[in-house]
Amino acid sequence: MSDYLANNSDVVLAALRQHLGLAFLPLLIGVVLALPIGYLGVRFGWLYHPLLNASGIVYSIPSLALFVTLPYVLGTQILSPVNIVVALSLYTLALMARTVADGLRSVDASLTEAATAMGYRRTRRLLEVELPLALPVVLAGVRVAAVSNISLVSVGALIGIGGLGALFTRGFQLDYTAPLLVGIVLSVLLAAVTDLLIVAVQRAVTPWSRATTRRA
Amino acid sequence: MITFEHIRKQFPDGTVAVDDLDLQLPTGQITVFVGPSGCGKTTSLRMINRMVEPTSGRILVDGEDVLAQDPAVLRRGIGYVIQHAGLFPHRTVVDNVATVPHLLGRNRKERRRAAVELLERVGLPATFADRYPSQLSGGQQQRVGVARALAADPPVMLMDEPFSAVDPVVREQLQQEFLRLQSELGKTIALVTHDIDEAVKLGDTIAVFRAGGHLAQVGTPQELLEHPADDFVREFVGRDRGFRGLSFESAAALPVRPLSEAGPARLVLDDSGRPVCWEGAGVRGGSAPVGGTFTQHDSLRLVTDLALSSPVGTAVRVDGAGRADGLVPHHDLVDHLATRRAPA
Repeated sequence: MSDYLANNSDVVLAALRQHLGLAFLPLLIGVVLALPIGYLGVRFGWLYHPLLNASGIVYSIPSLALFVTLPYVLGTQILSPVNIVVALSLYTLALMARTVADGLRSVDASLTEAATAMGYRRTRRLLEVELPLALPVVLAGVRVAAVSNISLVSVGALIGIGGLGALFTRGFQLDYTAPLLVGIVLSVLLAAVTDLLIVAVQRAVTPWSRATTRRA
Repeated sequence: MITFEHIRKQFPDGTVAVDDLDLQLPTGQITVFVGPSGCGKTTSLRMINRMVEPTSGRILVDGEDVLAQDPAVLRRGIGYVIQHAGLFPHRTVVDNVATVPHLLGRNRKERRRAAVELLERVGLPATFADRYPSQLSGGQQQRVGVARALAADPPVMLMDEPFSAVDPVVREQLQQEFLRLQSELGKTIALVTHDIDEAVKLGDTIAVFRAGGHLAQVGTPQELLEHPADDFVREFVGRDRGFRGLSFESAAALPVRPLSEAGPARLVLDDSGRPVCWEGAGVRGGSAPVGGTFTQHDSLRLVTDLALSSPVGTAVRVDGAGRADGLVPHHDLVDHLATRRAPA
């Protein structure tokens, strides 16, 4: 396995780089789109259930099916990474729109009311009170979406673009375990490190959520 | 001064919460809105800072119609305290207190300095400044809530059941300190409670609401207890209003007996003359704690309570230094209560 790594480091690194891009660009796009959409689902209560249903439906589409269908919808090449990015953005959006809505709904109504009574206007209240209080729920969703994206990228290898997944297909086709092992170890590591990073961010931005035990 | 003029609030479902309310809340005083649930007291309070919009009528704060003002700007000028404090859990104590100065765009350092000062004013040490609300007890949170309402030094404060979510001991303490604070600050305060005892204790004026948003009576606590306007108020202020009325009568005129006339029991004093315990015949177990004392500045209510709870049926008066200087057996107290209103 070390021989394989030594001789193919550029291939492995390129696969890793592609994997990172294909997992995180959609994460970013999905989260950015989910924030306003999730908010609308709370602001206009009647949108909440349609939002849940839509996200459930999107999430239930098998990833491979989506990868091979998107070129027809988008007019892209079947081997274009755009297909993967769009598909994973959709999954992230489906998961996160719902999470953002649930996070905002989890904020105690008496707190938003207190904020209003102090003189907060709606937008500033959203940014300074509701969103920070929804962060623990939202970031928990980001963890799930990130790890799910990292594992779904590998499926793309079946249609030719799959980051570390390409190492699986190569190892399988050549009946050679080294790339298979490297691919598996790196995917798992990537998922674990990402998860830890998000947890670290979560702890850094929500110090208040842990400050419960010490009493005066 | 806060003035309600012909205020009516009808909710979309047709319920009339407040009907033709005319009321004036004097400047620098505490006006308590009290009444059973559903009487419109909270709705009335919340119309002052436009958390609820009246269907018709006018509310003036110091002569200015609140409905003509930008709600957010209006609210920043009116302190607001709610049940359970409603602190922002993601902000430290000092940032919670500085909420309104933050909205008003005051600079960070100035905000913090003023907020720490306020914490001390409401009886919290400055070391609490950087804690989060979840690290505080309910009573401490409520103090922070009061500090937050005071942060921008608003002339008017609204308090919605501010002390009802804490245990009785803490409530008593918060009420005392609130009165002390108010005696220094002289805010115009509207306070909602369902607890008539709290209303009597805190209110300069009490407005008793009845179901449907009508005023049953407006008056000082003493007026309400002594001359309830009708059966509703009489029933609401309760059966023991005679006993509660004693809160307003001083013990100064109450005759006391010398310590030597304690009867079969004996009051044991320490070297400096402070009461320690009761001893002797008629005391169960031979010795019992005094339980409490009063001075001539206390109320007849306290004396009555002491006499009733004393192991020998006698209240003990002390001077300013805590030295026992007189006794009031319960039969003397009863005689005094019976004759105190008799023409001289």
